[in-house]
Amino acid sequence: MKLIFGRPAGLTEVNQRYCPGCGHGIVHRLIAELLVELDIRERAVGIAPVGCAVFADEYFNCDMIQPPHGRGPAVATGIKRARPDCILFSYQGDGDLAAIGTAETVHAAARNENITVIFINNAIYGMTGGQLAPTTLPGMRSTTSVQGRDTGKQGYPIKVCELLAGLDGPYYLERCALDTPKNIIRTKKVLKTAFQNQINNKGFSLVEILSMCPTGWGMTPVQSKKWISEVMSKYYPLGEFRNRAKEEK
Amino acid sequence: MVEKRLMYGNHALVEGIIYAGCRFFAGYPITPQNEVPEYMSIRMNEEGGVFLQTESEIAAINMLFGAGAAGVRATTSSSSPGISLMQEGISYIAGADIPVLIINVVRGGPGLGNIAPAQSDYYQATRGGGHGDYFTITLAPNSVQELFEFPRLAFELAEKYRNPALILADGLLGQMMEPVEFTFEPIDPKTLPEKNYALTGCKGRERRVVRSYDLRSGKLEELNWKRYKKYQEIIKNEQRYEVINDNDADLMIVAYGTCARVAAATMKMARDKGLKVGLLRPITLWPFPKDKLAELGARINNFLVVEMNCGQMIDDVRAATRFRPQIHFHGRPGGGVPNPPEVLKKIEEILGGAQ
Repeated sequence: MKLIFGRPAGLTEVNQRYCPGCGHGIVHRLIAELLVELDIRERAVGIAPVGCAVFADEYFNCDMIQPPHGRGPAVATGIKRARPDCILFSYQGDGDLAAIGTAETVHAAARNENITVIFINNAIYGMTGGQLAPTTLPGMRSTTSVQGRDTGKQGYPIKVCELLAGLDGPYYLERCALDTPKNIIRTKKVLKTAFQNQINNKGFSLVEILSMCPTGWGMTPVQSKKWISEVMSKYYPLGEFRNRAKEEK
Repeated sequence: MVEKRLMYGNHALVEGIIYAGCRFFAGYPITPQNEVPEYMSIRMNEEGGVFLQTESEIAAINMLFGAGAAGVRATTSSSSPGISLMQEGISYIAGADIPVLIINVVRGGPGLGNIAPAQSDYYQATRGGGHGDYFTITLAPNSVQELFEFPRLAFELAEKYRNPALILADGLLGQMMEPVEFTFEPIDPKTLPEKNYALTGCKGRERRVVRSYDLRSGKLEELNWKRYKKYQEIIKNEQRYEVINDNDADLMIVAYGTCARVAAATMKMARDKGLKVGLLRPITLWPFPKDKLAELGARINNFLVVEMNCGQMIDDVRAATRFRPQIHFHGRPGGGVPNPPEVLKKIEEILGGAQ
């Protein structure tokens, strides 16, 4: 019998602990496939966040480090500057990247640091039980905004790609989603570009991925995908926000 | 012949870091240590090293975490408020057993305090500083010569025990000019041994993971006990101090850094007056030279602890001497620097005037 589908060599044998319908597993797989396809697994150092993906250091079959909450881009900078031949990817959620780690994100982008940042936006704090995230939509319910996000009291969400697109520094910014097979294929393509930019010493790439959190959202996996298509991606439009490769042409 | 140069303390410190084979520096400007990053930016450029002026001390310490985990010698420098911001990162670095070098040019506190020399971060430096059960190896230079020599010593100890190391200085030492002897050849970073934990990409070996967490039942307890044993080894092996005139002393001054210089001058004045005064200068603040103090405390009746704070190291002196001798204190918090006449007056009060 011929094996036509299996676990990519970029993943370890460890069983992932994500909830059914969660988007993390999909993105892990896409990254792991690219580590092999781009032949960078043996040069890669991955950064696990604090949040649901904290155990990513057990899942990716490459060197890994687990830094303090939100500090991934700073730790990645340290490794990259010390070992320029390594390929760095910082895997972060919305709380990690857009709340506690906002400064590290913005400044790594402003420096055009030659790293790849993968930003999982599921508009909720999953690991701690569904609290308000910096990306929780106006009116969206969380365990710390049970009546829905009140922008008068809790302010507005942060649109990370739009925010960073205001800087001269970053090389590549794109927002994708996991709601349809087409968008998942697109996400892989975008991730590939983000890694290739680093391989070619182009600088800072950030891929924002709208990702399902059925547990945190109180929805089924199918409803979650539909909610991304119909609601979330309207607030967070998909597309390219910066691509200096095109400007250079 | 050994090369000798007249140097500023802060410049000697930078040369000491370069001579130690360190080619990675990240830091955020803060007075009174700004000459360190300024001079470092020039020197790292000359040496082909990495110099990063960061957006915050939080970013700086995390860049150090990354560089240290990548297996290179890495340094940051800051002053008290900045070191407070770094405590989260230092805790993670200690929890991941990564050697790095942190310089604290201490200033008056708490809060923004002032920019005058101080020793009010002693507790923070010697008790870990951040959350969790850990210690940082802490060295206290008292001369420009030691500012040059201690980075190498700090890296050697940090790497030997896989533990962050701290140099505790103050603005006065940094601004002082003294001759420096270049007592050793500069270390070529390429000659430093590869680290068996370094994140370099897993080509030709098993993948490596650097982390401070372990959620498996009982594992973190085990890890903490393992680290505790390491700390006991450091306490056993690495207590460093300088002791002068202890043989006939009626009173021992205990002081480190700038206060040790004040104490040395006071000791001379006291001896001229016939007062039998000695000096113990801790060089490692952690591990504290408690064995020597225990020995001195068993035979000398009076101790005077001199600090630029309200009394922090005095607790370690009390514990080390098991409260046997009379322990007195002279301190100047908030950026005050004691001077020899005021310390001498205190000694005269204790010993009952000239003999």
